[in-house]
Amino acid sequence: MPFKRYVEIGRIALVNYGKDYGKLVVIVDVIDQNRALVDSPDMVRSQINFKRLTLTDIKIDINRVPKKKTLVAALEAADVKNKWESSSWGRKLIVQKKRASLNDFDRFKVMLAKIKKAGVIRQELANLKKQTTA
Amino acid sequence: MAPKDRKPHVCRNPDLIRGVGKYSRSKMYHKRGLWAIKAKNGGAFPKHEKKAAAAALPEKPPKFYPADDVKKPLVNKRKARPTKLRASITPGTVLIILAGRFKGKRVVFLKQLTSGLLLVTGPFKINGVPLRRVNQSYVIATSTKADITAVNVEKFDDKYFGKKVEKKKKKGEGEFFEAEKEEKNTLPQEKKDDQKTLDAALITSIEAVPDLKSYLGARFSLKAGMKPHELVF
Repeated sequence: MPFKRYVEIGRIALVNYGKDYGKLVVIVDVIDQNRALVDSPDMVRSQINFKRLTLTDIKIDINRVPKKKTLVAALEAADVKNKWESSSWGRKLIVQKKRASLNDFDRFKVMLAKIKKAGVIRQELANLKKQTTA
Repeated sequence: MAPKDRKPHVCRNPDLIRGVGKYSRSKMYHKRGLWAIKAKNGGAFPKHEKKAAAAALPEKPPKFYPADDVKKPLVNKRKARPTKLRASITPGTVLIILAGRFKGKRVVFLKQLTSGLLLVTGPFKINGVPLRRVNQSYVIATSTKADITAVNVEKFDDKYFGKKVEKKKKKGEGEFFEAEKEEKNTLPQEKKDDQKTLDAALITSIEAVPDLKSYLGARFSLKAGMKPHELVF
């Protein structure tokens, strides 16, 4: 029941509403009870309401309001990108994006692959069943 | 003298805002070099003699004046053009037909005819769609393209697909129409051969891409959870 992910300087968060939807940002300062100053290598540092953020498990070590260069260096050092993309949450988002971008032919190929995979599994199951009854 | 390719001339008097040029009349006179033209011509602007207008033939008075004023229809200079083709439809694109006998079929686009309709083929061996015309509005263009370079579509146009006009036969005594009707419904062998030759080249290039043949053979349908406005075609 206790909280595990805290709003603190260096907390990585995911933007879940607005123009920067889907971006990973670093909380760089807290403005007041509702807003934080966030920054990311590909955006201008700006304020955002906490309601538009979802906190992640990742935290980096930075001072309050670092320079852009220091921020980028700290993100590289902590290897945030790889940590995110190997986490199950990050992987799910990547899969969702891939599925949304599939074109009609790709969806057809996926269907064929699923049928093939199911066929192989069913074959194996049948073999195993035969072995146990034999 | 053959005209040389010149760079398009930049405007001599750019607009400050609409209706107001940057330079005044006197400045423009100088910029255009009218002073030099006048100087070359001895102080006056060069004129040319007016061409003697050919004497107009005396009009004969009309024989008939209509009682009420006859209204002339307004002039219409519009030209008929084939419908603008969507940028996503290029020769070789796989299209999904949405209406008619072949709804849901995935089909290869060949070219746009002068009437604006799209010339399309199944290929016939793969999905049963023959060489056919289809309206652009009843089609979804996918981003899949087939290789169509080996195919010659020059001979197909709207006349090829038009209904054949039969000569009126005089009613012979005792002859009924039934004997004639049986001949009309079969497709002429020539069209079947056209289909075969066109498809032969197309099918070899389709088989080169894995799964494309079975893709074209399958119909498209919306399944549960598919939102057309979110799908990428």
